[in-house]
Formats: sequence, structure tokens, C-alpha cells
Amino acid sequence: MRKLKVIVAKAGLDGHDRGAKVISRALRDAGFEVIYTGLRQSPEQIVSTAIDEGADFIGVSILSGAHMIVAKKIIENLAERGAEDIPVFMGGIIPESDIAKLKKIGIKAVFGPGTPTSETINYLRNYYKKNDM
Amino acid sequence: MKTKQEWEKRAVEPVLKISGERKKKFSTTSNIEVKRLYTPSPINEKYLKKLGFPGAFPFTRGIYPTGYRTRFWTMRQYAGFGDAKSSNQRYRYLLSQGQTGLSVAFDLPTQIGYDSDDSHSEGEVGKVGVAIDSLADIETLFDGIDLEKVSTSMTINSTAAILLAMYIALAKKRGNDLSKISGTIQNDILKEYIARGTYIYPPAPSMRIIRDIFSFCSENVPKFNTISVSGYHIREAGSSAVQEVAFTLADAISYVDAAINSGLDVDKFAPRISFFFGAHNNLLEEVAKFRAARRLWAKIMKERFSPKNPKSMMLRFHTQTCGSTLTAQQPINNIIRVTIQALSAVLGGTQSLHTNSFDEALALPTENSAQVALRTQQIIAYESKVADTLDPLAGSYYIESLTDEIEKKAAEYINRIDEMGGMIRAIENGFPQQEIQNASYEYQKKVESLEEIIVGVNKFKTDEQPPENLLKVDEQIGEIQRKRLKTLRKTRDNNKVKADLAKIKSNAKDDKTNLIPAIIEAVSDYATIGEISNALRDVFGEYQEQVIV
Repeated sequence: MRKLKVIVAKAGLDGHDRGAKVISRALRDAGFEVIYTGLRQSPEQIVSTAIDEGADFIGVSILSGAHMIVAKKIIENLAERGAEDIPVFMGGIIPESDIAKLKKIGIKAVFGPGTPTSETINYLRNYYKKNDM
Repeated sequence: MKTKQEWEKRAVEPVLKISGERKKKFSTTSNIEVKRLYTPSPINEKYLKKLGFPGAFPFTRGIYPTGYRTRFWTMRQYAGFGDAKSSNQRYRYLLSQGQTGLSVAFDLPTQIGYDSDDSHSEGEVGKVGVAIDSLADIETLFDGIDLEKVSTSMTINSTAAILLAMYIALAKKRGNDLSKISGTIQNDILKEYIARGTYIYPPAPSMRIIRDIFSFCSENVPKFNTISVSGYHIREAGSSAVQEVAFTLADAISYVDAAINSGLDVDKFAPRISFFFGAHNNLLEEVAKFRAARRLWAKIMKERFSPKNPKSMMLRFHTQTCGSTLTAQQPINNIIRVTIQALSAVLGGTQSLHTNSFDEALALPTENSAQVALRTQQIIAYESKVADTLDPLAGSYYIESLTDEIEKKAAEYINRIDEMGGMIRAIENGFPQQEIQNASYEYQKKVESLEEIIVGVNKFKTDEQPPENLLKVDEQIGEIQRKRLKTLRKTRDNNKVKADLAKIKSNAKDDKTNLIPAIIEAVSDYATIGEISNALRDVFGEYQEQVIV
């Protein structure tokens, strides 16, 4: 299997990057190629990075409560640029009641506080297999 | 001070004369008298050198001679959300419930210097704290709150000068005596680069703003703590207790250096430096950490900066229970975690305390959960009696050994940072960031291999219903703030604002001019946070993060 490439991005103004860095390292240790963007990335920047890098996945970490607007913009931007086939998953503090809404607009999965990194890793591997990417 | 009698005469008696103690006599349920201080007998040289007396160098046993026997710590709950009006209501509620100081949480646009109508602010307005754009919002935020009676702590860093200016402008407008208003601005930019992320400008101009604040405040608002050097966020980013102490004190050394290099006298500003630590679950290590930090800071100040005023060597600190220890699973369990953490802060001698609410892994706290958090402190204060004697765990073999070890290991880190050329250089090289990240990743691996157990998360799990009654910030806040700004920009004197901003820019270009007076003028004319920050961005530029994973 080729090395899968993941963009891990911090969106909005949120500075909490512990989770983003932990998941980046866990994915890398599990054999993924990881590009961590650093803080304060706009949806446009995240999508551009993903397209330029030929990413297989985009992971967005957000704990500030701005997840709905950020998710919507990333999905829209991907569509505008003809890259809607790049799956987007999210992590951070996201209320249960928003998860269904996020999935409805096209976010593939949401990983809340306390999720083991192995769960995210397995999810991405299975997603790849199932969708024959 | 060599003997207990001497300490009682020289340190305790003056305090008793002025403020007394909470009770005439302290005793246990069995009517055993509780003394102010317990020491070895006889007192030897080693004891004096390592522990000493409360209120005396090296302050291991606390910074005040009578400690909590005179006054409990300040119960200060960090709060703020939505607009100024809803946060004002929460503050009044907390004060009515017996809270003794205010602590303001600002939203991210306010912290990073963007107005609510800036495109960067989209989706963020009023989310993690209160949205403030201009003095008009500050007037609403403190409506009905007496600035001379309540001290206000503001978690604000890269825009600290602007928020402080607004607070001062409000006090002036209300006719308050500036020498009587008190509070704290966090103003600790170095940990923003390391762990928290709300920086704007590069380190050099940021340090200049901090220096200007030190100098302005020592002359004009002498009761304001001009900085709260913060380990809390370093710990929250995943550091160990030792790293928390080491990096925080290394940051503090940089601030003292910067102020002294600009010609300030150490005793003019050092007594107004305060600290902020986290409190974790490892109860006894945390107690030792607070004691070690106090002793190490006292030694650092004495050896490096030779102050004459003992207050310049006292580490005064605020504590917050660590948010990252809260679990989204079985959230009620968090009340127990917070109790253990709060207890460690009190046994470690904190000056003020924030206890987290049990629902904070899920959302901002509701009125109900915030009340439980405050009650936790009140129960420790009034019912547990741990505050009846000073530094109650001193002399425990384990505690003293841990205190020594934490101090030693933190000092080793600080030496390494010195060798790198100081903390600013170390941050630019990504050293503390990398150390913290390694510690955080190692911890996560232990959690996943079950070497570390988190109750309800990787053991003792239950099937749960999604929690109800969470606080949801009104999505309309962004629109409300944008409308308010539009009106403000129409009604204020825009010529004045234009001139004020031009003056800020020209002052910013001259390193010798203190920036604060011009900022106070600008906010008084209702210039906004975004406008002032953008003026400074034009001159100072913006910091580019060192991305290290």
C-alpha cells in the first residue's frame, strides 16, 4: 500500500494545538505522510495546501466553537476547486448536536475529546480501503 | 530570621495588628488547638536555608506570615461569552454567589486584535469569551461593578495594552482614583509563542510593549499586576510539572531582563510581577511544584537581580485547575478531579484560584455548573479546614523530597536555556515547544497502552446519553457586534480617531516613546481594538510561527 498523505490543519483563530500535534505524530508513526499546517489557517489556505500536496485526507482541529462556519467553507472551497473527493474529518471540542449537521454538509467523521489515536488511524485506513481511493 | 519567636515578633505581629486573623482561636473537632505554624524543634540551619518562615526568604512556606488564617485566597472564576451584556450578567451572578474577584475571558478576535466585523473574525465572535471592540463594550461589561472594590483579572496578551487602556479610560470616566483600581493583565507574550497561540507581533516589539506597560503602570496604576507569567498553558499543552516551572520562570527572567535593560529599577516593577500555574491530578506533586516554584524564583531574583525590596522576590500566583484533565465522558466525575486539583493549589499556597466547571470538556459552563465549581472552593475554604495552618504538608519526607527534585530539575532546564542565549532565542529555535510536544505525545501513548488510566475514558467506561443542558453561545452575536460597530463608526469623532491612530504609529516607530498614553487617548475617543492593532501591525509586522511536529 502506498503512503497515505494527510493534511492536519488548525483553522480559525484557535491556538489549542496539542491535539493537532499529537494526532500528526501518531499518524506519522502509523506510516502516514503528515503535513501539519500550523495555526490560523483560512479555509482557502487549507484547501490549497491539500490540492498542492495531493493529499488523501484533510483533518481539521478546532476547539473555539467556530467549527460550523469553517467546515462549510472548506467543503465549498473543495467543490469550487473540483477537489470534493478529498475527504475531510474533524477533531476538537464539537458538541454532539453539531456532529449530525457537520456530516450533513459533507464532513466524513468527527473525533471528540478522549478519542484514542488508534481509532482515527483505523478509520482513515478503512476509509481508504472501502472507497478504493 | 533565625527563631520562631523572632518571626512572630517581626513578621506576624505587624500583620495581626493591621488585619488580624479569621478566628480568635483555631481548633480541630477534638478541640486540639491548631497553631499558625508547625516547625521542627529545634530549628536548624538546613531548615532555615531550605524552608524558612512564611513571609521570609526563600518563601518556600508561603509569602505571607499569616497566610489563609487572615484571608482565604481570592475566588476568581474565569468567565465571559457572547456580548458584553451577557457577560456582565454572569459576573453579577458570580459576585452575588460569593465570588471575590473578576476574571474576564475574551473572544479570540479581541485577543488577536481583530474587530468583530473583520473577515478573520468570522465564526469566532463571542465564542470563547466576550467580544470587545471598543470602550463602549467595556462600559457595558463593567456596568454596576465598582472598580475600586472588585479586582479584575484579564486574560489578554498581545492586545493587553489596549484592554488595560480601556479599563483605565473607564475608571477615569467614572471618576475613580487610579491608585485604587486593582487587577491583573496576563500580558505574557512569550508563552503565546510557546503554547497558547494568540500572538500578533514578533518578539522584539512585543517585549517593548510589555516594557512600556511595566513602566507606565508603576507610575499610574500602582496596584495593577502588570503581568501574569503563565505556566498554565504550557502545562495544558502537555508539559510535565518540572517543565511548567522551568519554562515559566525562564519567561519571567526574560521580562525582568528586558525591563532592567531599558533602565527600570528592579524594585519598581518586580513586586507587580505575578504568576499563573495549572493544577493537575497528581495532588502531592502539584503541592511540591508550587513550593519549588516559590523557592526557585526567590533565589533567581536574589542571585541575578539583587533587589532590595523582599516583595521583588515573592512569587505570588493564581491557579486554575487544568482543563485538559476534564473528560467529555461521564462529565460529573470532573467535579472530583477539580476538587483534588483545587486542594493541591490551596495546600500549595495559591493567592487566587479558578476551579473549572464539570462540563467544560463539552462547552462553556452553564450558570449551574459554574456554581458547583465555585462551591467546590468554598467547601475547601470553609469546611475542610486545610487553610487553618500554614503550609500544612511541610516536613513530609515525600513532599520535601519532591520539592527539592522539582526545583533541581527546573533549575537544570533554566541553565540549558541560559546556554542557548535565553528564552527568546530558545523559543525562536523551537526548544520549549519541542520539549512540551514530546512530553505530551509520550503521555498520550501511555494512555493508549493503558499505562495511564483515565477513569471513564480508557477504563470503567459506560454507555452514555449525550449530555444535555450545555451552554450555547447565541449565533447572532457576530451580527449584533457588527451592527454596533457600524453605529459606533458613524457617531464617534472620526477625525480625532484618525489623529490618534497616526500618533500611535509615529510613537511605535520611536522605541524611546512609551506607547500607553497614546493608546489611552485613542480608546477614549472610541478607536477600536482592530484599528489600534492594525496601526501597530503596520509598524511592527506579524510573527510567523515556527511549525514543528
